[in-house]
Amino acid sequence: MNKQKTVLQAIFYIILTALAIVFIAPIIIVAFNSFKNKLYIMSSPFELPNSNTFEGSNYLRGIVSSGFFGKDITSMLTGFSDAWENSVNALSPIGAFGRSLFITVFSVLLILLCASMCAWYINRSDSKFCRLFYNILVFSMVVPFQMVMYTMTSTVTNLSLNNPVGIIFVYLGFGAGLSVFMYSGFIKSVPFEIEEAAMIDGCNPIQTFFKIVFPILKPITVTVAILETMWIWNDYLLPYLVLGSRFKTIPVAVQLTMQGAYGSVDWGAFMAMLVLAIIPIIIFYLFGQKYIIDGVIAGAVKG
Amino acid sequence: MQNYKMLNRKLKKYSPVFLGPMLIAFTTVFIVPFIMGVYLSFCKFTTVDNAVFNGFENFINALSDTNFLNALWFTVKFTAVSVITVNVIAFFLALLLTRKMRGSNLFRTIFFMPNLIGGIVLGYIWNLIINGVLGLMGVDITYSATYGFWGLVILMNWQMIGYMMVIYIAGIQSIPGSLIEASHIDGASAFQTLKSIIIPMIMPSVTICTFLTLSNSFKLFDQNLALTNGAPNRETAMMALDIYNTFYGSIGQQGVGQAKAVIFAIIVALIAWIQLRITRAREEQL
Repeated sequence: MNKQKTVLQAIFYIILTALAIVFIAPIIIVAFNSFKNKLYIMSSPFELPNSNTFEGSNYLRGIVSSGFFGKDITSMLTGFSDAWENSVNALSPIGAFGRSLFITVFSVLLILLCASMCAWYINRSDSKFCRLFYNILVFSMVVPFQMVMYTMTSTVTNLSLNNPVGIIFVYLGFGAGLSVFMYSGFIKSVPFEIEEAAMIDGCNPIQTFFKIVFPILKPITVTVAILETMWIWNDYLLPYLVLGSRFKTIPVAVQLTMQGAYGSVDWGAFMAMLVLAIIPIIIFYLFGQKYIIDGVIAGAVKG
Repeated sequence: MQNYKMLNRKLKKYSPVFLGPMLIAFTTVFIVPFIMGVYLSFCKFTTVDNAVFNGFENFINALSDTNFLNALWFTVKFTAVSVITVNVIAFFLALLLTRKMRGSNLFRTIFFMPNLIGGIVLGYIWNLIINGVLGLMGVDITYSATYGFWGLVILMNWQMIGYMMVIYIAGIQSIPGSLIEASHIDGASAFQTLKSIIIPMIMPSVTICTFLTLSNSFKLFDQNLALTNGAPNRETAMMALDIYNTFYGSIGQQGVGQAKAVIFAIIVALIAWIQLRITRAREEQL
């Protein structure tokens, strides 16, 4: 009986290990191809780099051609001089990485602030308008982006929100559904009495919210923050339509490199870009793994 | 109750602060574009300002467009295969990883990781791998729609298995240990325990996972764009990509694109409605 169990256990380990290798392999393959000469990538993608095929400059070319970093960091890393500034590929002060970071961080912060306030108000108020607003918010979670992409893009362009600051406002609107829904689910279980006591003691609703309610919401705030961060950081179509190629985020930079190449792709630089796009996500994952997995489960179960 | 009413009145004065920002943003980027979108699906237009009402013509054009019907069929096939493969594999991984063995946390970490990588990057990672394998036979992924189809299925599995797995793990772990213990004492085999206890107990997780994979597969866009971009000859374009191509890849077809988007939204809403019904029915049973 025991021996049978050990054998079974061993078989399970073999299956799991084999699958784990299958899961990691694609990333590893991209990683070692990013150190190969561009001629040897598509022709033999599964060969490790050797002294013949090694190429160290992929990352420099990838950073420059995609505008991954801004002007200062790029010239510091690559030694490219002012000659670049007048060329077609002139780099802006902020690169795709900085822009993605800026948009993600500020959009998420704004969503957390506005959604928590909005959800608390909706739950504590007995007006019909709030109920209606909440129902439309929940409805918006079901509507696919394609339904509004054309009209939203023209509205946003007309309002001159088609820049890295304006898009934060756009994300606030598109993030509203999920975030208010998640906060509402949590607020329903928060007893009203503490807030009541605070308000009777003379706190106005704003003080009550920030001193009493918001700290209680911390667990759900972490969950919402993770879900919205993963969405906005990886989002492609919305920033592409709203910002276009003038202000590239990381996914847009990756896609446009491929789209604009028409068959003459610099595969070396492209592999380097893929690695650069993955590294921030892996760092985020390593630091917040437990929160991320728990947050994703909570989001799935409630959503 | 008296207090509650008084406080409610006090709260009302602050509604611009609490509701204002969200209401303005949501109205601007969702409510207004949504209403415009519904209206424009009945119009001929090239920009939002030159719309001319033309009744159901866009819908007739959309439903007689072979590209669209092909995309619908391709999406349905892709969704059916993905939902089954993702959920079956994810469930068995969850069973293995809840067996209290050493290293199960490490495996969980690895299996979940692809879910964090965005669709565009995922698509190009698999573009390299799949074209590398097909290259051994002298072809690439644009050679046939069958390659594109299975390429997308593999990609979807790689991305979604870890995600569904953690939901199943949470479901299995919430089954009371005493229940499984009792079945062992009663002499149930591992298979009987699985069939009569574990599967019935995690049916809520099954519903959640089925509908998550269903709607994610149905709405797939980024991965489709990066892996095949519809090649060959738009045969592997799914619905979202076909709508995108109609809007931005052809001239004067915006009305048809908007009509396609409305049809797409109705199908997605229908799927969500069915899920809601099933979840509600189960809650009433309990």
